[in-house]
Amino acid sequence: MSGWLQHLAIVPILLPLAAGALMLLFNERRHQLKAGINLTATLLLAANALVLLAEAAGAPADAAVAEVYLLADWEAPFGIVLVVDRLSAMMLVLVAALGLAALVFSLARWHRAGTYFHPLFQFLLMGLNGAFLTGDLFNLFVFFEVLLAASYGLALHGSGSLRVKAGLHYIAINLAASLVFLIGVALIYGVTGTLNMADLAARVPTVVGGDRVLLEVGAAVLGIAFLTKAGMWPLCFWLPTTYAAAAAPVAALFAVLSKVGIYALLRLWLLLFGADAGASAYFGADWLLVGGLLTLGFGAVGMLASQDLARMAGYSVLVSSGTLLAAIGSGVPAATAPALYYMVSSTLAIAAFFLLIELIERGRRAGADILAVTLEAFGAADVEPEEDEAGMVIPATMALLGLSFLLCALLLAGLPPVSGFIAKFALLSALFNSGGLGADGSIAVVAWVLLAALLLSGLAALIGMTRAGIRAFWVPVGNTVPRVRLIEMAPVAVLLALCVAITVRAGPVMAYMQDTAARLHAPALYVDDVLSVVPARAAAEESDR
Amino acid sequence: MEIIVALSIGVLSASGVWLLLRPRTFQVIIGLSLLSYAVNLFIFSMGRLRSGAAPVLSGASGDLAQYTDPLPQALVLTAIVIGFATTALFLVVLLAARGLTGTDHVDGREPKP
Repeated sequence: MSGWLQHLAIVPILLPLAAGALMLLFNERRHQLKAGINLTATLLLAANALVLLAEAAGAPADAAVAEVYLLADWEAPFGIVLVVDRLSAMMLVLVAALGLAALVFSLARWHRAGTYFHPLFQFLLMGLNGAFLTGDLFNLFVFFEVLLAASYGLALHGSGSLRVKAGLHYIAINLAASLVFLIGVALIYGVTGTLNMADLAARVPTVVGGDRVLLEVGAAVLGIAFLTKAGMWPLCFWLPTTYAAAAAPVAALFAVLSKVGIYALLRLWLLLFGADAGASAYFGADWLLVGGLLTLGFGAVGMLASQDLARMAGYSVLVSSGTLLAAIGSGVPAATAPALYYMVSSTLAIAAFFLLIELIERGRRAGADILAVTLEAFGAADVEPEEDEAGMVIPATMALLGLSFLLCALLLAGLPPVSGFIAKFALLSALFNSGGLGADGSIAVVAWVLLAALLLSGLAALIGMTRAGIRAFWVPVGNTVPRVRLIEMAPVAVLLALCVAITVRAGPVMAYMQDTAARLHAPALYVDDVLSVVPARAAAEESDR
Repeated sequence: MEIIVALSIGVLSASGVWLLLRPRTFQVIIGLSLLSYAVNLFIFSMGRLRSGAAPVLSGASGDLAQYTDPLPQALVLTAIVIGFATTALFLVVLLAARGLTGTDHVDGREPKP
């Protein structure tokens, strides 16, 4: 790896920062210009993420990470490192895909509903990318704060008392969670004396006695911060309200926000408390499993109980989080790959669902009036009337919306033939054949409980979605057909097409996930790769000699 | 010294948590501020408490035993800046909520008597 290509690892952080800062300089009314900058930056990010994904996928079999980027050229335990491996490259692509879809959707009308949409959007992408790339615990906190600060602004985008009320709770909860995060980080630093994730993983098995208790307390406190973000029951009551109140494109992007918690948990837990961690191996697995199951149950009941489509989507985020937590906590290494596949599939599906809801409800609800008022309040009176673009209104709107809704329902309930089914099937198959078919005949109780929970939550999702679908599409008589424009329908279609694509190409995608999981479960490789990187300066001196 | 630091962290966080659970937004923000002070002190104390020791090594004769750990100090600085910024942001939302709902209750409406 040489030349400019090695600097691609830092682009996902620098590019949104530069684009966001640039957009702050322009007057709030120059929507076209800002939209152009935002779109260009997001497209470049997507291209960059794809290059990194290709690089990670093509990494040699004995290397855990594709690239380690030393910030300011300080070697690993002393400076901050950015690590590109299969998991982070995959998350970068997911963020870019959701970002692009949400952005294109918002260009139809939402981006004019308030101030600073575009800069905040880029800062959110920066925080997300940074959190996925960093290999340092405190740096992770900083990027968490960047993405949360941007998300506070975006959650309030469009204003209105409902959003402000939900935003107030959201901000208070997350500020408290950030403080908890800091306590965890400080405890871990106090015991081990390092914040570099690779260095930490190397030191955890050597901690003994009272220090071990302190370390585990620190890790548990840190875990609470991540679980609050991931929305584990009982830390999740803020989530459905906030997501339902947020503007549609923002909510779609927020679908990946709860996955940041899951990502951090997966990365740190397997790195620090994997099979190699000595006495602390799989510390807290039972908590994850039980918490995941409770979240799953709560989410499923919530989906059945919610009257409102947006709230139902919020609860489906909880179902997704619960499934992932339970799968990770089950302690079956083979379940990690299906869990990753499920994460991608469910995130795409939920994002598409959030976008779709806004289109469906447009014909039914008075939401458009509120939007009009806010447009006026923010001085967007010079906006051209919608009729000018009537040529782009797509035909057969209801049929398309209905079809998309059907696909979303299948994805969320995990029914064949789409990717939700493959994910759940692979997950259950991994749980029941953890040692290969017929390895030892017995099936763990955990597997049965998880089977029941997954199938019942799927049933609940199906019932909820069917009922909502009937109410939205069949019951209304003389309902006005919502005016949906092509650039609003296209992102939904693209997200759903991505779900179909990972269904059709399930083989290669699952192979990639299995490689990812295998490397996650072999933290020693990761530690070696990160700690053995030589700074460029030292390497240059070496070659001069 | 240890007992004073430990007591102040404990008192700050206890009052912070209590205020955080109160129903008025102003109490919540003061609670968050107190909690963040407690956390900052806590991070600081994780570098071990030393008095009269310099954080930056000077000269070649630097003996690590005579210096204090500089990293927690850097972390505290970062945490203070971030905490300050997010608290300010929360203050704005608090005022917006007060303006929109007409009450300073965290749920946006007065509880029924």
